[in-house]
Amino acid sequence: MARTAYVSLGERLSHALAQLIEGVTHSPPYLWSQRWLRRRGVTGRGFVIALPYLWSILFFAIPFVIVLKISFSATQISMPPYAPLIEWLGEQALAIKLNLANFSFLLKDALYTRAYLNSLVIAGISTFLCLLVGYPMAYGIARATPAWRNVLLMMVVLPFWTSFLLRVYAWIGLLKNNGVINNVLMALGIIDQPIVMLQTDFAVYIGIVYSYLPFMVLPLYATLEKMDLTLLEAAADLGCRPTKAFFRITWPLSVPGVIAGAMLVFIPAVGEFVIPSLLGGPDSLMIGAVLWNEFFNNRDWPVASAVAIAMLLLLVVPIMVFQYFQGRELSAHR
Amino acid sequence: MATAPRSETKIEPWNDPHATPYVRIERMSKKFGDFVAVHDVSLKIYQKEIFCLLGGSGCGKTTLLRMLAGFEVPTSGTVFIDGEDMAGIPPYERPANMMFQSYALFPHMTVEKNVSFGLEQEGLPKADIRKRVGDMLEIVKMTPYARRKPHQLSGGQRQRVALARSLVKRPKLLLLDEPLGALDKKLREHTQFELVNIQEQLGVTFVVVTHDQEEAMTLASRIGVMNHGEIVQVGTPSDIYEYPNSRFVADFIGSVNMFEGRLIEDEPDHVRIESEELGGTFFVDHGVSSAPGAIVWVALRPEKIMLSREAPPGRENQTRATVKEIAYMGDLSIYIAQLPGGKMVRVTQPNTVRHPEDRITWDEQVYLHWHSSSGVVVTQ
Repeated sequence: MARTAYVSLGERLSHALAQLIEGVTHSPPYLWSQRWLRRRGVTGRGFVIALPYLWSILFFAIPFVIVLKISFSATQISMPPYAPLIEWLGEQALAIKLNLANFSFLLKDALYTRAYLNSLVIAGISTFLCLLVGYPMAYGIARATPAWRNVLLMMVVLPFWTSFLLRVYAWIGLLKNNGVINNVLMALGIIDQPIVMLQTDFAVYIGIVYSYLPFMVLPLYATLEKMDLTLLEAAADLGCRPTKAFFRITWPLSVPGVIAGAMLVFIPAVGEFVIPSLLGGPDSLMIGAVLWNEFFNNRDWPVASAVAIAMLLLLVVPIMVFQYFQGRELSAHR
Repeated sequence: MATAPRSETKIEPWNDPHATPYVRIERMSKKFGDFVAVHDVSLKIYQKEIFCLLGGSGCGKTTLLRMLAGFEVPTSGTVFIDGEDMAGIPPYERPANMMFQSYALFPHMTVEKNVSFGLEQEGLPKADIRKRVGDMLEIVKMTPYARRKPHQLSGGQRQRVALARSLVKRPKLLLLDEPLGALDKKLREHTQFELVNIQEQLGVTFVVVTHDQEEAMTLASRIGVMNHGEIVQVGTPSDIYEYPNSRFVADFIGSVNMFEGRLIEDEPDHVRIESEELGGTFFVDHGVSSAPGAIVWVALRPEKIMLSREAPPGRENQTRATVKEIAYMGDLSIYIAQLPGGKMVRVTQPNTVRHPEDRITWDEQVYLHWHSSSGVVVTQ
């Protein structure tokens, strides 16, 4: 019997591609240029390693240096709206003027410290709320049957398919005085005056917890799912009741996930701008909004840059903590 | 059916009709959906016994053990531990402790904390806990490693910690799931004897699940052989080895040559079986409860067959054969011999002489013969 010579399109394509690559890499021009590059220290491996470095230099280090530079400049009405940091005075003299006034201004004006503190508090409480809501969710998903697990995970990730801005806007429709929630409650006769929810801290918490919940649930799920369930059987066997076993076994083993989730929620929540400006009131002043005001309303680029640098420093600490714990966990599981 | 002769000196509570069993399993079954994992098992296990549940993978032995520990709820039937019905009693209230196949050590706790975990649940005073944990670590020789975390230990050390953790609560009943499975051969043999020592020292009843017949032979006071969720034979290691009650058991424990035959003479003190495979008749010196003419099997262990160049006296319990393969194992040699009818027979001979001048070699014509007490007749 003749063998059916059916080859799928994908297989044929990949075969053709492999042949093409084979042909190119063995052609004399390729080999010559490879030899030429290698003589100058350029290798494929070096290129692969250099690429991410180039990326972060281009999109992180250079912008950061620019912002840092602006933060040490003085304001002036010009284009761009700040004085140059380095001036060539002629006669072989180079003047570098470091203007520290922007940073001392941040400390002097209570607005900034208040905004920073408020951001930290709101981000901290939101993180805690996310953990409170996210942990049972992650636990439930991790302990569900494999078929259900995929469905539930899908439902956690599903909101990402809609624009973030759109989802926050939708909450306005739900929370406003004649919004869905108030209308339903009034129609049911539970309340007769609409509850003011929009433009309060409550709305900000709702927005942040809602938006960042998946970032808490997913790392928690990852740690809870890989947990060895025989550990719980062992605990029970040794006379430990299920609730106690949770606090002695499950919780300590899920701490790396809790830290990862908390960092993923806390760090972006500190600098959150969209949610407080759409859902929050005038009182819920967060550092993101201050930054926006300085930059676009006051056109004070140096102070705005100083605000940004200070925020970055504020966040670097938790990021480093996160890195430390992640490194420790990796070495523990080697 | 064949039965083993009993020695009178040993304490054998299972032969004493007045002895009360410590664990009594009554008609226990477990189904997972349509799959029957354990089918109608009844067992009596006595105090200070090491009872081995032996069987291949998927035979239901682990499920049976997990039902004793309380991790699985039986579909039907009951288990009594120390006379108490265990139905509805959760694992954390049972008087049994388990040593898990994976050891299930808590990865975030030190060796010391792992061992003290069970005692902390009892709410004992701190000083007592420290003393008992210290003593236990001494017994399993893990004192120098008390402050290490499980991932800093070797397989054998983890195994000892797991054992210490399950024993420190002084359970009356210890359940062990493949306790030596993860150890290499040398360490396994060493630990087997250690386990027996600890068991004798502490007087605990052990129920051990294993797929390793050698392990069961060394450890057990009695073995329960399981197949397809059922217990097919219960007996002492020598009972099981010398007097298997079925082809399955004979084949599962050790290696065996199985000859199909027809019962031609059945007396209380002997039977004769005509076997086409053998090309002759077997004379076996024990009675069989089967009708003449029935199809039966004779199980013959390789080490009980003798190999010689000269024709043995008599006409029964012997055959001609050609040596086809020889495997030198050091302490003994394995010969694979072909009978005139084509059947391959495995024979082992101890290598008692270092350099035999005239050893039997490949393609030699030899006689195989055996004693009338060597073969065992099984009817199923």
